[in-house]
Amino acid sequence: MIDQELRQKVLVLYLQTSALDSPVIGWSQYDGTGRRLHMAGDEQERPYDTGLAALEDGWRLFQVSQLTPHTPGDEFRTGYLKYEFFFEKLLRVE
Amino acid sequence: MTEPIPMSAAQMASFAARGFIRFDAIVPDAINQQFLADIGDASPEPDTPLGHYVNILQSSIIPLVEPGSPLDTAYPQDSAVAKLLDLPEVAGAIDSLVGLDCVVDHHFLHITFPPDYYPQDERQVAQATHQDSTIDPRQAFDVQLFYFPHDVTLEMGGTRFIPGTQYRIVSEAAISRYQNIRGQQHTVCPAGTVMFFHMGLWHGGGLNRSDQLRYMFKIRLCPTRRQHWTPPDEIEGMDGKQRPIFWTNGLPNPDHLASILTRPEKWFEADTGRLEYINRVRFWRYITQDENFDADYWVTRIENEYA
Repeated sequence: MIDQELRQKVLVLYLQTSALDSPVIGWSQYDGTGRRLHMAGDEQERPYDTGLAALEDGWRLFQVSQLTPHTPGDEFRTGYLKYEFFFEKLLRVE
Repeated sequence: MTEPIPMSAAQMASFAARGFIRFDAIVPDAINQQFLADIGDASPEPDTPLGHYVNILQSSIIPLVEPGSPLDTAYPQDSAVAKLLDLPEVAGAIDSLVGLDCVVDHHFLHITFPPDYYPQDERQVAQATHQDSTIDPRQAFDVQLFYFPHDVTLEMGGTRFIPGTQYRIVSEAAISRYQNIRGQQHTVCPAGTVMFFHMGLWHGGGLNRSDQLRYMFKIRLCPTRRQHWTPPDEIEGMDGKQRPIFWTNGLPNPDHLASILTRPEKWFEADTGRLEYINRVRFWRYITQDENFDADYWVTRIENEYA
């Protein structure tokens, strides 16, 4: 049964390595309760120093980027941030 | 035409590492005022953003420029844009990066509007971080000239950018979900500031929370030949002589070329940060046409293979 009063808050952390306890280098937030509108460039200070600190604050990890082999000939090309971790909190709305 | 002042070795090293160069208040106020008059900035009454753009397009004397037009004849000689392009430091940066025989890809007057220009119930957000144009894996590079004709405060939402991202090959808005990245900068600057971005630098317009319009004029410039910069001066490390790494006799000289090219940004990942050093060395090789150059052996090490 779906609880109609629960909303998801999503926190995305980009870490320095694939280890969850490594430092945060980027972050995004999406608030399904509608209480706060997050957007590009809205915070200069990271919400947590590490991914582990987010766990300790009650965020539930639900997706982790995979470690993929390097394509031959493309080993030194950089692109998207590699270590992306999605967290959620479920909040009750009135 | 005035004599261009080429980018110094330290300036080019910083550009190689961080993807931008900034000249604060380099444009005299008379030119800034002429530019604002040229664009017809005379509608203090809040309009809609589209309405304001239509007015500006009709009143502005900024010319229509076909892609591929030579820069040196793209703007009327007495126009504010032609005058700012002729400033020694601006002309010098253009010459150093893409050559004075470069062409205009496009130009645009970016305007961010204060809240009064939008319906009250419409939620406004900053422009998402993106890389301009499309996937572009070239070693050759275009630059984007950003001109801020008036003071830009933090509340006005000056262009946000992430130093050091210029070599990342991504697909335009695919990076939209990166809201905040450590080390991101919000442009706050005095009137007459000019910045040059490497085409790949990740950036986005901020949200204007002030009560004033914010203008930024951008010109994308493309080289017409293989780029080459001749250093007008020298800093330690340019001769290609390698310095000891790891086991050294003290702290390295922070102004050494290898120090600049291996200085991490706050957002660097532990492993791919090293790939950025390699990208920077390869940029330096390209712009100086010195294929033997290296910084702290990063590229030599991976080229060291024998048949």
